[in-house]
Amino acid sequence: MAPISYYLVLAIIMFFIGILGVLIRRNALIVFMSLELMFNAANLVFVAFSRQYQALNGQISVFFVMTVAAAEVAIGLALMVTIFRTKHSIDVDQMNNLKG
Amino acid sequence: MVNDWVYIGLFILISLFLPAAAILIAGWLAPKKPNKIKNSTYECGIETVGDTWVQFRVQYYIYALVFLVFDVETVFLYPWAVAYRQLTLFAVLEAVVFLLLLAGGLIYAWKKGALQWN
Amino acid sequence: MPTVNDFLLILPEVVLLIWALLILLIDLWIPDTKKYYTAVLSAAGLVISAGCAFALLGRTGSAFSNMVVLDGFSSVLSILFLLSGLAAVALAYDYLKRNAAQRGEYYTLLLFSIAGMMLMASANDLIMVFLSLELLSIPLYILAGFFRPRLASEEAALKYFLLGAFSSAILLFGIAWIYGSTGHTDFPGIVASIDGGRANYLLLLIGAGLLLVGFGFKIGVFPFHMWVPDTYQGSPSSIGAFMTVATKAAGFAALLRVFLVLFPAEAPIMAGILWGLSAASMIFGNTVAIAQMNMKRLLAYSSIANAGYILMAFVPYGNPVIAQEAVSSALFYLLAYALTSFGAWAVMIALEPAESDGLLLQDFSGLGRKYPWLGAALLISMLSFIGVPLTMGFWGKFYLFKTAVDGSQIPLVLIGLLTSLVSAYYYLRIVMFAYFKPGEPQIQPGRWASVVAVICAAGIFVLSFIPTPVFQFAAQMIMGMK
Repeated sequence: MAPISYYLVLAIIMFFIGILGVLIRRNALIVFMSLELMFNAANLVFVAFSRQYQALNGQISVFFVMTVAAAEVAIGLALMVTIFRTKHSIDVDQMNNLKG
Repeated sequence: MVNDWVYIGLFILISLFLPAAAILIAGWLAPKKPNKIKNSTYECGIETVGDTWVQFRVQYYIYALVFLVFDVETVFLYPWAVAYRQLTLFAVLEAVVFLLLLAGGLIYAWKKGALQWN
Repeated sequence: MPTVNDFLLILPEVVLLIWALLILLIDLWIPDTKKYYTAVLSAAGLVISAGCAFALLGRTGSAFSNMVVLDGFSSVLSILFLLSGLAAVALAYDYLKRNAAQRGEYYTLLLFSIAGMMLMASANDLIMVFLSLELLSIPLYILAGFFRPRLASEEAALKYFLLGAFSSAILLFGIAWIYGSTGHTDFPGIVASIDGGRANYLLLLIGAGLLLVGFGFKIGVFPFHMWVPDTYQGSPSSIGAFMTVATKAAGFAALLRVFLVLFPAEAPIMAGILWGLSAASMIFGNTVAIAQMNMKRLLAYSSIANAGYILMAFVPYGNPVIAQEAVSSALFYLLAYALTSFGAWAVMIALEPAESDGLLLQDFSGLGRKYPWLGAALLISMLSFIGVPLTMGFWGKFYLFKTAVDGSQIPLVLIGLLTSLVSAYYYLRIVMFAYFKPGEPQIQPGRWASVVAVICAAGIFVLSFIPTPVFQFAAQMIMGMK
């Protein structure tokens, strides 16, 4: 059985890849994938500690996070489809219609 | 413990070696006589028409999104079904309420024409 | 197993959610020309839910094995959210018709979002905080893009969505580490674990920091404010008004409760960070607002500054006496800010023609002469934003500054006073356009926005004569907290 620190280190790496992806990548879809990576990093922390404590509450939390993330995916993809139909691009850098 | 990792390492090496060997050997042995038709993009044997980046119908996305939501929400029903025999009446009713909520969403999608393919 | 009492304690939320679902389905059979019915139905739902919340006022208790608590803090905020919802319905009705966006989903999504806010104010479990945060955010992502296929609205929605999901992910990661530190996500469990010395301090601190970043995005303080101006400008104005008030209040509700209950021991470290966030927000919001000529963007930057003001009182939260005072003055300020902000947005919506991204300040020229009532409402709102006496804004700032002085945050109070003076410049410039420049503004058809503007202005003025009872009511309401 691998020690918990392995899972936690993996989760931290996933989380930072996610943050970097959100900050660096310009394609909204890839930004979105990075966001999912961040959510799943949190899930991994939950599950790892849940096993560590021999308690179920962490795993139940993951269930809720998964379903909420699915709802968020649906909304996010729908937004991207609508914006692509108007603009034919989902490049985040080209979202400069709003300025002050 | 360490032995297990050695096995995994071996598996990785073998699984990398086999496809690499197949591709490389084919590259060495195969005769090369290129011509224009052979070099064109292969797509089910039919000549390609237009750009590869085509826009799908929006209807397709709506289908996919509706499917996605309903698909993931069933994750709540698995533990419920597994533990069904030990559950109280209240838990059963809760699942019924949950299904009613999903049914409400389905009625909405239906009436809005998201399930219509035309 | 839940009892009837559990459902009774969250009756306002339950009523609102069931009502929202029914409206979602009923609206399918209401023809496009009669969306009036949907608006009236949703307003009725908000009123019924507010009635339940009033009936529960003063009751306390926790429900669903400590998932949610009902106390004075959550009751007062619930009523504030429901009234904001009523204002958002009233502002939207004529505005959506004018913009040919009369879809019934607006009202359903609004109701869902309000239910999320109410649950957020009473959440007593970190997973509940996360779920209610998503319940309030996801409908708002759609509402921000409600004017599709208008590019500005879609862009606002996508920006809000990407940064909102980003902040949710950070918040969730923080929750996961707190769970790792203590083995619990419910507040009593976490507190017991910390008090029993079983919690890992470092993990707890990391979790608290991540939570602060997540909440910082939601309440829109500097440097987590990037989405605020673009989202408020691009979204439908009625949603912009609703977001400046209700979303901010909900974010503060969760922030105050989580930090007061879970992290009193971390106060010395957190106080420094909160100090920085507060000072930076006040300075940044007020200075950048000077350069704005678009009313929506100006109000957005003003909302960043106001988040800084509210945070100011909360900086010394480690001291229990100050914390009590800080929460009551934050509640009072949120009420004052709600009236002021809705008043200003309502005047703008009353004048905003279809298909525009908000009014320029020049467009207010001549307002005071042509429409004295609207002009007066605008004047009172702007004075209240600055904090001139005889307005609620004055008393709100008075109590916040007083709390900060009691917490010996003198430098922060000085920054607050100086930035208030700076803000007087851009707020009064709007008044100058409205009263001293010639122009012919045109009120748009439909009178609901004007009604909201006048009611808010009257509230700002009348309540300013009885600040002490209002403040004491807030103080009394939060006595049962914890």
